[in-house]
Amino acid sequence: MLAVNFLLLAAVLFSIGVYGVIARRNAVMVLMSIELILNSVNLNLIAFSLMHGVADGQVFALYVIAIAAAEVGVGLAMVLMIYRNRRSIALDELSEMKG
Amino acid sequence: MSAVILAAEGVNVAQNVAFGIIAAFMIFAALSVVSSKNVVHAALWLVIVLAGVAAQYILAAAEFVAVSQVLVYIGAVMVLFLFGIMLTRAQIGKEFGLNNSAWPLGIPVAVVLFGLLAWVILDAYEDDVLPDPGGPTPTEALSDQFLSIYLVPFLALSFVLLAAAIGAIVLARKD
Repeated sequence: MLAVNFLLLAAVLFSIGVYGVIARRNAVMVLMSIELILNSVNLNLIAFSLMHGVADGQVFALYVIAIAAAEVGVGLAMVLMIYRNRRSIALDELSEMKG
Repeated sequence: MSAVILAAEGVNVAQNVAFGIIAAFMIFAALSVVSSKNVVHAALWLVIVLAGVAAQYILAAAEFVAVSQVLVYIGAVMVLFLFGIMLTRAQIGKEFGLNNSAWPLGIPVAVVLFGLLAWVILDAYEDDVLPDPGGPTPTEALSDQFLSIYLVPFLALSFVLLAAAIGAIVLARKD
């Protein structure tokens, strides 16, 4: 299998995730797009691990999975708190810190 | 392009076909995640993407990572997402206003980003063939790494997870 296959698939997923982060207004859907981005990076790490024949890439991928789980937990807790205070999770309405 | 890939030397055709089928499903599901009008459907499309990623890991001989992906992402993170949707939405079905007013701006950004990434990748790794793994990576290899040179980050990671768990409880608690 060519290395380019994996890397191009990861690039496609990354771009779709970036589009989701830019386009979406709902905070939960932005978090889902961030998951797409993290998964594409993991695919790259696994492909490079296979390419060089060492397990380091897989170790990094497991770290990324664990950090992503922590990020989703804290992120959704913040979204819940925003929803409780404002009855809405639309990101463009959160503009108090705008200068 | 696929004909070129299949004709390259040292390439396992069956592996490539499986890769292509799974990749097509994943890309379609990822596009559905970012374009769906229904939040719950988007979460369920995300399950397809995550399962596809796990399948690609198995094709790349990373079995332990694939199993972790299924356990952590499909098992835990998706349940968390569905709970988050349930607790922030009273509405079932299609809804409007899921996108920003400036959402078309995302399309050129994504296309340009993909073009740039694809150019760099094709330039750097055009003919590199992934070696045939000849079986799954032994989990001992991973545990040897985790418990030797990556021990300090591993311990730091456990503190990060503990801090995240406590932080999520403190943030989401009702007072």
